[in-house]
Amino acid sequence: MKSSVIIFPGSNCDRDMDVALKKFGFINQMVWHNDIDLPKSDLIVLPGGFSYGDYLRCGSIAGKSRIISSVIDFAKSGGMVMGVCNGFQILTETGLLSGVLQQNINLNFICKNVFIKINNNKNKYFENIKKNILELHIAHNEGNYFCSQDELKSIEDNDQIAATYCDQNGKINEENNPNGAIKNIAGIFNEKKNVLGMMPHPERMIDKYLSGEDGSIFFTNLLNNLK
Amino acid sequence: MIVKVIITLKKGVLDPQGKAIQQTLIGMNFSSVKEVRQGKFFEIDINEKDETKAKSKVQEMCKKLLANLVIEDFKII
Repeated sequence: MKSSVIIFPGSNCDRDMDVALKKFGFINQMVWHNDIDLPKSDLIVLPGGFSYGDYLRCGSIAGKSRIISSVIDFAKSGGMVMGVCNGFQILTETGLLSGVLQQNINLNFICKNVFIKINNNKNKYFENIKKNILELHIAHNEGNYFCSQDELKSIEDNDQIAATYCDQNGKINEENNPNGAIKNIAGIFNEKKNVLGMMPHPERMIDKYLSGEDGSIFFTNLLNNLK
Repeated sequence: MIVKVIITLKKGVLDPQGKAIQQTLIGMNFSSVKEVRQGKFFEIDINEKDETKAKSKVQEMCKKLLANLVIEDFKII
């Protein structure tokens, strides 16, 4: 399976993502933001970081970069596009995903492990996943997912909530909401479920020497689903 | 009353953010954009009925906190 990771000026999780994808068997290529064409890929990843210094709004300038029109075309034709952290912010700015990531409600940059509950596994990202609750890492200042009431109704009706923050037993409440996200949302899909945006970083949990290996479960499963 | 303030970078001070926005706009085919300077806008609701007094207080706030006068100008509107 072939994957591509887009590098923007200010991306800083691009190489971690590259390492993770390769570790679990993807043939990965790095793609520069100023390129026009995407290499043939089964999965496009927009990595975490601070693309263009978070100027204007997080992800807004990357959302208009040269490569993005190819990413949008790829996604609209059903291609798998995953954005993690800043990648999620970029996807909302392109309009591929609804809503926006606002500043964390407590105004702090949050850097810690959290638990997320997979809300919908009828898609290529989470189908057959061994665990329903994953421990992953978050590191962000703008992760407070927000959307209008109409948009929320539409994403709920269409089962587009991918994952929600919870405790280790899967309990979803305010206490386990790190950033103030509406309905504890940690990640969402587009309508067709081929585009996924999420704040937690699976690429940071892929080795026993890191603080956990739940990211390994995610990537192994993803590769199997794409085969 | 509400007092509105615009804070902008002084002429000649490098604005990398404005520059990045300008380049993005040009990339989006707004090719006539010559320059973009980004600033900040504040609406301050102040418990003061006299306009002159309110504005003078906001002016003080600008000097003490809202603007860095080394690189920024402020305009009360």
